[in-house]
Amino acid sequence: MLVATACGAASQGQAQRASEGNGAALQARSLAATCAACHGTNGHAVADSAIPGLAGRPAQELIQLLQAYQRGERPGTVMPQLAKGYDDAQIQLLARYFAAQRPTAPAARGSRP
Amino acid sequence: MMQRRDWLLGSASWAALGGVRAQGLGRRARVVVVGGGIGGATAARYLRLWSDDQLDVVLVDPQAEFVSCPLSNLVLGGFTSLQALSRPVASLARHGVRCIQDQVTHIDTDRRLVLLARGDPLRYDRLIVSPGIELAWESVRGLREAHASGQILQAWKAGAETLALRRQLEAMPDGGVFAITIPEAPYRCPPGPYERASVVAAWLRQARPRAKLLVFDANPDITSKAALFKRVWAERYAGLIEYRPLHKAVAVEPGAGPGGTVRFELQSPERADVLNVLPSMRAGAIAHTAGLTGGGGTSGGRWCPVHYQTFASPLAPQVHVIGDAIQVAPAMPKSGHMANAHAKVAAAAALAELSGQPPDARPMLTNTCYSHVDGERVIHVASVHRYVAEEQTYRAVPGSGGVSEGPTTLEARYAWHWARTLWQDMLG
Repeated sequence: MLVATACGAASQGQAQRASEGNGAALQARSLAATCAACHGTNGHAVADSAIPGLAGRPAQELIQLLQAYQRGERPGTVMPQLAKGYDDAQIQLLARYFAAQRPTAPAARGSRP
Repeated sequence: MMQRRDWLLGSASWAALGGVRAQGLGRRARVVVVGGGIGGATAARYLRLWSDDQLDVVLVDPQAEFVSCPLSNLVLGGFTSLQALSRPVASLARHGVRCIQDQVTHIDTDRRLVLLARGDPLRYDRLIVSPGIELAWESVRGLREAHASGQILQAWKAGAETLALRRQLEAMPDGGVFAITIPEAPYRCPPGPYERASVVAAWLRQARPRAKLLVFDANPDITSKAALFKRVWAERYAGLIEYRPLHKAVAVEPGAGPGGTVRFELQSPERADVLNVLPSMRAGAIAHTAGLTGGGGTSGGRWCPVHYQTFASPLAPQVHVIGDAIQVAPAMPKSGHMANAHAKVAAAAALAELSGQPPDARPMLTNTCYSHVDGERVIHVASVHRYVAEEQTYRAVPGSGGVSEGPTTLEARYAWHWARTLWQDMLG
């Protein structure tokens, strides 16, 4: 209803789609926040962190990494265990959310947390 | 507004939700956060972040400085300073949070007012209570007095007492006995007491090689990372750490200085030169006075029940409770990482409800908890928890989570960087 108001003359169908889109966006934002305690707020790693940032990294790269962790093809410490907690749809949402974030200054990579 | 709105992922905005005036308030909505620990600070930060700085957010805590409980056992082993684990709560002001250093004396949930010891009452549209824990001194006879005199310390809330316990340890003669007593679960930070034993043992081994470290646990076994701790203790601290399960401390009798005698429910009393007694724990005091713990039920009135989807209190409207103070869901530890996760679910739910939207139907929580086994090596436990609507609770996602294979210096690096990231996530 609020979204419909915001959209002014938008048709009910458009408003409905917008509302669903916004719901998915909010869900992605909340999902991504489950990564923030280690990877930084919105995926921006703190300076000199051994834990890599996620902001601005290509969605496909993040999806492949998470799937490799899930399948046990990529070694690590916590990530092989945490990655298994997210389903395919959630991984898509996460990857696209982080890809859409402004990249941080050169992020440390190569670590395997 | 249409121009800046983007329905694609990663750009949902508060304005797009209808904004702060959506409920006909005619003014900016205000959320008051009680408690500036990990849960409260995270909630305040994310309320601002996710409202595009539109929401009026006020945080109240009597302390000017946040002192991290995570990593604070390292101070007891002399491996780091308390200063390295401290951050000003007022950092949140940079993000537009109004930080008030004051004591909350009462919460009037009918009139939606937070009453302060010094300042004027604060009106709220939503309240997030993150009161942490209170130590139940009365659960161990004589402890309140022995603690007040500074003889028997807890150092479970990191701060000045952490330094005081460190001084007691430093003053302990070689051949002395350090004893830790652990209450029945649930208590704050399940692996914390075992990490404490390990880290202090690492220091004792080189500084007081003839000392003994006794761990008296009210529980039938080590409550977290049990196999890993047992292995480390057998490999590195054999003859130094002695673990005794099912020892429930019920009374203490201090000596002339630090330490004294601890009495148990069933076994013979024991004497220690330095005695670290952790009594039973319950939700922070304000949760009880505000009527957020309820009585009876499975929580026995010790913890705050919540609707897990939103962390809303079933006992007061427009109030959320987060962090160690809540009655936990299955397999949910009382940890700092978990409090950070609770805070985000509660913040998102409060914002959604203030703008007339439904809350996230499937919130998720993660937990990563690092424990040092000495100054340089660390083990972890990790888990992912999803909200199961049919059961109205969180369940660990089957097949996910786990522990380290063994202690490593790599995980010690991650532990420090995790902590620094968490502090920044909560305080900015």
